[in-house]
Amino acid sequence: MQAMSLAVHIPLVCFGIAWPTIVLFTEGLYLRTGDPVYKALAKRWSKVMLVLFAVGVVTGTILSFEFGLLWPNFMATYGEVFGLGFTLEGISFFVEGIFIAIYVYGWDRMSRTAHFLSGIPIAIAGVVGSLMVIAINAWMNKPGGFTQVDGRVVSANPWDALFGRGFVWHELVHMYLAGYLVCGFIVAGFYAHGWLQGRRTRYHRAALIIPLTFAALIAPVQLVVGDWAGRTVAKEQPVKLAAMEGLGQTTAGAPFHILGYYDAAAGEVRYGIKIPKLLSLLADHDPDATVAGLDAVPVEDRPTTRGINIVRFSFQAMIAIGTGLVMLAGWFLLTWWRRGRLPRSKWFFRAIVLAAPLTVVALISGWITTEVGRQPWVVYDHMRTADAVTEASGLPIALAVLIVVYVLLISGVVWLLRRLAAHPPETELPTEQRPGAVAVAPSGGRDADGGSGSARDDADGRAD
Amino acid sequence: MAEACAVILLAALTAYIVLAGADFGAGFWDLTAGGAERGGPVRGLVQRSMSPVWEANHVWLILLFTVFWTAFPEAFASTVSTLYIPMFAAAIGIIFRGAAFAFRGQAGTIRDARFFGGLFATASVIVPFALGTVVGAVASGRVPVGNAAGDPVGSWLNPTGILVGVLAVAVGTYMSAVFLCHDAVRAEQPGLVRAFRRRAVGSGLVTGAIAIVGLFVLRGDARTLYDGLTGGVAVWLVAASIVAGLATLTLVGRTERFGWARLTAAVAVVGLVAAWGAAQEPDLLPGALTIGEAAAGDATLQAVLISTGIAVVVLTPSLALLFRLVLTGRLDQEYAPLDHRFRPFDALSNGAGAPAAAGGPPTSADPVDRSEGDDR
Repeated sequence: MQAMSLAVHIPLVCFGIAWPTIVLFTEGLYLRTGDPVYKALAKRWSKVMLVLFAVGVVTGTILSFEFGLLWPNFMATYGEVFGLGFTLEGISFFVEGIFIAIYVYGWDRMSRTAHFLSGIPIAIAGVVGSLMVIAINAWMNKPGGFTQVDGRVVSANPWDALFGRGFVWHELVHMYLAGYLVCGFIVAGFYAHGWLQGRRTRYHRAALIIPLTFAALIAPVQLVVGDWAGRTVAKEQPVKLAAMEGLGQTTAGAPFHILGYYDAAAGEVRYGIKIPKLLSLLADHDPDATVAGLDAVPVEDRPTTRGINIVRFSFQAMIAIGTGLVMLAGWFLLTWWRRGRLPRSKWFFRAIVLAAPLTVVALISGWITTEVGRQPWVVYDHMRTADAVTEASGLPIALAVLIVVYVLLISGVVWLLRRLAAHPPETELPTEQRPGAVAVAPSGGRDADGGSGSARDDADGRAD
Repeated sequence: MAEACAVILLAALTAYIVLAGADFGAGFWDLTAGGAERGGPVRGLVQRSMSPVWEANHVWLILLFTVFWTAFPEAFASTVSTLYIPMFAAAIGIIFRGAAFAFRGQAGTIRDARFFGGLFATASVIVPFALGTVVGAVASGRVPVGNAAGDPVGSWLNPTGILVGVLAVAVGTYMSAVFLCHDAVRAEQPGLVRAFRRRAVGSGLVTGAIAIVGLFVLRGDARTLYDGLTGGVAVWLVAASIVAGLATLTLVGRTERFGWARLTAAVAVVGLVAAWGAAQEPDLLPGALTIGEAAAGDATLQAVLISTGIAVVVLTPSLALLFRLVLTGRLDQEYAPLDHRFRPFDALSNGAGAPAAAGGPPTSADPVDRSEGDDR
């Protein structure tokens, strides 16, 4: 249940991390160039930001309910160790909420600079908030900062637990960049779809290129960071790495298998394409290095065979999609750099449309890899998932209800964003900034910010 | 230090009741506003008043939770796992409330708006009731320590639980009516000012009546809580709350000082929550855990206090800025009755032609700008 709620919440987080920066960048372009296209774009996007934030607020609330509803023992035992992270996250969430309201409702009501400045705390708070949550996840993967006597935590040191463990930084950077990739490719995918359907105004072009550039510049960096993350996991959580690769026995010069499945009886991957020594090379940058296998720990401390296959599969999906994104990014950047324009091939735009959902798949896969790979532990080496869960009955009913609610929520968001997109972009601007005179406004604009009234009605009518 | 953390919890709860409680109350007025046409003006004002602030108001709950589970992990786990039914109901209600409200702001037809409005308004009543029963269950000592150790139904479905649930809804409607009086003045809608004054006085009287009946309920159902509330410091806090409540009634009913009424209404809630805290001090879960027993280690409590300090430093100026901008009307959207937003569309679909907008409703101050609501 929590898994599902997180799966809904995580993509929203990506927008929380990356979207404000992209919107602010666009507004910055407007401030620099004075080109109303950028303003229309930033204003439109800021409304998307508000909608997604609203949904993020409710799904985030649900998550905090679920911590207590589903994992009372986990919370009761370790709440004091990592709870601080959530407190700080709550505070940054607060800041985000306050300034998002000011930013979105403040268009054309404050000076340009003040408005731009009011957006900056949103971006900062988004990053700080996700840092906190990732710090907690990192702590679950590499617990510390407390001592435990007879199952009770004594002398917890939350600061050390969250930030002194050294596991947080690669997770943070990896997640942060993933945020830009997901956000950038989804938005670009939306406008690429429009492009294929013939919507190719300057507005659409800018809307496609800005997020795509962000994503394309970040994709290759993510490869390097991913390598860093992989090596840290190899060092700190050898069993997880073994599960990611389906490595049964501890091996020197371990091979890497593409596809196939892990057979527990044989302790090896079957029907995979074997690349000798690659795993050792990846894990330790040394082709002959020894990589710990699943046999390094007793059976009850390993993920189940199904778990191992899920982890392997998710991990490989993430790698495959990531590589694909880098190639797509390369295509775009190369064409842009050599020719100064977008690639002309329809396949380029189709690929971007395809990349949008795939980034989400990669995101969720990455998260499955780290979470399922940690099983059977909820707190690595300290508490088993089975010991953390609630003893209240009725969970299946609750799960069913929640699934229905989330399906409704997602369709609602899609409906809403489609509606938003149906308005022609010029309607975002006060009359005097619109390119070309807009249809007669019979009752006339009263003043700068209210003047869009009747013309908007007119435009809306047509869009519907 | 544990006491200080408990005070922070109560403070966050108070802020949540005052601010988000009023948003839930606004949902109640939205629900009871009548048909699309008759209720349009009220709904328009609700939409306009809540839009910029409800998200920030709601975050108080998240903050409350995070401090609760950090500072008092065992009490948090016991409470939530025993009271999973009302908690789950509140969670679902919160989803519908927030999402439906956001969706209504973008609704394209009156049908969509009514659908989402209905969802939003119904959920706005369910959430405070469910959370109120949770408070009632804790206050009446029905939450034992342990993983889902208490009675999953009887713990909250009892006289005290229902009383606090109903009281939570009533307080919200009262706060909201008082706040909306002020907002209606800002929107220059004398008709709405009158409407919300009536509502404020009416709901104020109802809330008072519930509180009086409630004392008898508590006497029979939760004697310890009753004794706590009627003795020691608590009784003075209850008295202060009553005085502030009466002052609010007078300010709204007899004068037009709605800004002051906002303040006294908030004071009444502060008094009530503080009285509860004082009544059950030093218990956190009465009969099960004291604050001292439930508290996390010193290093954690210290960290909570430090982060609260950070919160005060960061949030105070931010909130001050937001509320200043809101109260001076800088973030106000143009006011329009909710149903009027959709007139032009209806006109178009009837083939009456786009400029039908000029027809103008009599209650709207500025018919030209009605579509400004779309900016939500």
